[in-house]
Amino acid sequence: MTISGDFGVWIAALLTLCVFSFLYKDNPLYKFAEHLFVGVSAGYYIALNYWTVVDQYLVVPLRATFDGSLPGGPFDARMQDYRAWLIIPAVLGVLLFTRLFTRLSWMSRWSLAVVMGVYAGLKTTGFAQGDLVAQVQASLIPLWIPGNLWASLNAILFTIGLVTSLLFFFYSREHKGVLGGVSRVGVWFLMISFGAGYGYTVMSRVSLLIGRFQFLLVDWLHVR
Amino acid sequence: MRFLELDRIDRRWIFLVVGLLVLIPLLWPIGLPIVPTTPVRQYHDAIAAIPDGSTVLMSCDYDPASTPELGPMAETSLRQLWDKRCKIVVTVLWNGGAAVVDQTIEHVADEYRARGVPLKDGVDYVNLGYKSGNEAVMVLMGQGIASAFPRDQHGRVTTQLPIMRNVTDYSSFPLLVNISAGYPGTKEWVQQVNSRFHLPMVSGTTAVSTPEFFPYLQSGQLRGLLGGMAGAAEYEVLRKERGAATSGMDAQSMAHLFIALCIVLGNVVHRTRRKEGASS
Amino acid sequence: MKREIPLFLTAVIGAIVLAGFFVPHQFISVPADYFQRCAVIVVAFGYALGGANLVRVNLEGIARRHPDWPYKVVLLVGMLVTLVFGLFVDRAKFQDPGTVSIWIYDNIYVPMNSTMFALLAFFIASAAFRAFRVRTAEAALLAVSALIVMIGRVPLGDAIMAGVFDHPGLPDWVRHLRLEPLQQWIMDWPQNAAKRAILIGAAMGVMATGLRVILGIERSYLGGSD
Repeated sequence: MTISGDFGVWIAALLTLCVFSFLYKDNPLYKFAEHLFVGVSAGYYIALNYWTVVDQYLVVPLRATFDGSLPGGPFDARMQDYRAWLIIPAVLGVLLFTRLFTRLSWMSRWSLAVVMGVYAGLKTTGFAQGDLVAQVQASLIPLWIPGNLWASLNAILFTIGLVTSLLFFFYSREHKGVLGGVSRVGVWFLMISFGAGYGYTVMSRVSLLIGRFQFLLVDWLHVR
Repeated sequence: MRFLELDRIDRRWIFLVVGLLVLIPLLWPIGLPIVPTTPVRQYHDAIAAIPDGSTVLMSCDYDPASTPELGPMAETSLRQLWDKRCKIVVTVLWNGGAAVVDQTIEHVADEYRARGVPLKDGVDYVNLGYKSGNEAVMVLMGQGIASAFPRDQHGRVTTQLPIMRNVTDYSSFPLLVNISAGYPGTKEWVQQVNSRFHLPMVSGTTAVSTPEFFPYLQSGQLRGLLGGMAGAAEYEVLRKERGAATSGMDAQSMAHLFIALCIVLGNVVHRTRRKEGASS
Repeated sequence: MKREIPLFLTAVIGAIVLAGFFVPHQFISVPADYFQRCAVIVVAFGYALGGANLVRVNLEGIARRHPDWPYKVVLLVGMLVTLVFGLFVDRAKFQDPGTVSIWIYDNIYVPMNSTMFALLAFFIASAAFRAFRVRTAEAALLAVSALIVMIGRVPLGDAIMAGVFDHPGLPDWVRHLRLEPLQQWIMDWPQNAAKRAILIGAAMGVMATGLRVILGIERSYLGGSD
């Protein structure tokens, strides 16, 4: 076993152990790592978003607009080439910072309004086409497949599960009588689904731990 | 009765057992057999079915936290695509992920270079890097990939890269390979791109989000699905590779077995205690 | 004025983006594309706003000598160093190999980001023992489904069951009772049915909310009372 001589790997390994120390109890090493993580993450995200979005979408095109390197006027916009019109999102971006000042914070609503409008539009059509229409369409399956009893039983089970689970989410009437009975069947299907989800969640969480142990064993301790 | 006192056990003993059960199989692997499941075969076959030499869009929407699950999927997908001499355009919609994805791409590309395959950045593959904005970026890409990503991960002007000469919008790709850790990811690509621009897609996802995507698999919106580290390991087996996911599956098995035992034992102890409480 | 203009903006922009899905004409697609680009830019500014807020909150904590104030100094120093190298030293190449920024990313951000989430493996085991209680028939269904998927999805579960169910004297259909095919059946049929119901229900919910936002009925995102 030859332990890594890379200073960076040592820092990474020690910070990993600092975070794991929380398993024993909350302690200064964990708190140090936690706060360092938050600070570094914030700094990284700001730099990242500046260079990948603000610089590329705003600074570079606006500079090109006003230094005369583009043919046509500053407002001669076309698809994907918005020139001086990009001043508007720049102003909206700056207006977001009015949230830091109580008296002016109402001005940040204009920026939020643009974001809300865009995402409301995108989400509405996305969920309608991708989830509602496509999923309903895919649910219209034949219940009887000649010569294949097993597939037919599965198709019937699936349809019962889908309809009863949907009826469970129907809250416009009290769940009593027939609706109560049917929605109870829906709950059974939902419970099976949540159980399966739990099983997969366990897999996810354990995988992340395996990843960290692989780092400590392979990259730091050079065990394997 | 000492058995009933398990109910009050210090949880740090449970932590210790979990740690050891994960650590020991990593040090001394058991080599349990891994058998590929249908969704994994579908993922593999969908990539195998695209014409050799195509340009493929691969969106790696994850960050370092999900790398143990998704990194191996990304690596194996890159190998399968490069074995078909495909060109790969990579995007990243998770803010912490662009650099870790870049390292994964370079790691696999270096393997090929060491074998004498001269893969060139900007010619055979490009990492267009990160953009914030989630669904809005996906729809912007529908109007033009290069205008949505004016520069790549390393600051080069996208339109000047040889690989981008034949890339305009989604119609330039026969397939989208999405490796997804959550939001934004597979769900949004299905909603905004598969449904709107009719780009066929396959997806590799974290296990925690995988059950949510089975309806998309059944409806044909996804052509294949890798679920978590198990899916990644099965994909490696199918490709006859032995990567990080395969070597992690023994540890995964032991931890699953222990957590299952915890559920059973916890309930047995609880029920016994309640019965004893009722009878005394 | 303070509420009407944002509501008007949301309605107009929402309607244009919505129409962009159905109308490919550039009369709609150009403004839709423009507003989407505006949203991406504003979201990017949002990260800087979050950073500014973080600085303010932590500076206040330090000034008031909050019990954790030395850690708040660590947070601000970490943020400042990363920011200075990212914005002013390494600049646009800040994610390239060999830069200080990528060293910080590789050796500080990556290990802690990964380990924070890895802790959950320990807590999910502890919770399985101490909190996963089966008290009703529905909870029993959940537990049985969880156990089958958890064990059936990993090689060990299948290896254990193979010894029992692969006996040459047993009929073929018995093989289907092995945990791996059983968990796959659960995922493909009962779990899929319920997940699809959730998907369809959620889709209707999001569509309704989206339309409420565009029509100005849903206003909670504006916050405040004025």
